[in-house]
Amino acid sequence: MTTLQTVPPLVPSFGDEDTGRKLAVICSKGNLDMAYPGLILANAALGEGVETHLFFTFWGFDMITKSRMHDLAFSPAGNAAMHLPIGNVRLPQALAPLPGVTAMATHMLKKQIAEAGVPEVPDFLDQIVAAGGHLWACQLSADMMKVTADDLRDDVEGIISAADFIEKTDGAQLMFV
Amino acid sequence: MPVTELNGHQVHVDAEGFLTEFDEWDDDLAKTLAAQIDITLTDEHWKVLRFLRADFKARGETATTRRVQSVGGVAVKAQFALFPKKPSKKMAYVAGLPKPHGCV
Repeated sequence: MTTLQTVPPLVPSFGDEDTGRKLAVICSKGNLDMAYPGLILANAALGEGVETHLFFTFWGFDMITKSRMHDLAFSPAGNAAMHLPIGNVRLPQALAPLPGVTAMATHMLKKQIAEAGVPEVPDFLDQIVAAGGHLWACQLSADMMKVTADDLRDDVEGIISAADFIEKTDGAQLMFV
Repeated sequence: MPVTELNGHQVHVDAEGFLTEFDEWDDDLAKTLAAQIDITLTDEHWKVLRFLRADFKARGETATTRRVQSVGGVAVKAQFALFPKKPSKKMAYVAGLPKPHGCV
């Protein structure tokens, strides 16, 4: 190591100057496995100083509905990539709709998520809000499902129209899940 | 790995400037590193740095913001206040550790 040259003070560039970068994430799914992609990207963006907004619509409402957010489930039905924990054996689709399969698959997925050090959905949203993320709920979905602000997490900033969300996220990169 | 001189300390760094040798770090150097990115260390900063150093020593991996909260006891919100905008990378830099690899 003694042969290496000395360089002038080297300081990482943290890109602190305000780039105005924004990310908009639309969460439209309420399945346990489909809740995570948006949350992971949103959390990563916040950690990089990117202003981040999440818009919950249709089935995505289950992620922010107090009575349902602890109880998201995963079904292998229609998921051809669902393999059994042994080798590369695919779960036959005919078995997927059987009673108990969703409960078992949910249990397995939750265990794997926990082992990876990834929080459960409500905890993850707590972390996202603590990191400065903004949560919004879709007006149309709320009307259709007869849901009010009282039914939702207290940190949802508002129930707004799609047009309002587009306005709030002017210039943002958008991700639809 | 290049060697750079910071306030009288000769240290090995990677191409971006993160320290590569765990043992070249000390409290005095932490203050210098923090000053490089416009942070003045308070007791709260030190709590984070002490945790990161001990956790890295035990696990060989830099803790993520999630872990700094759940194991280190410093809330994510506080981490953003102490190390603005990019807490995980800034915490690692000042603690003389590599950037964390974990996603969450």
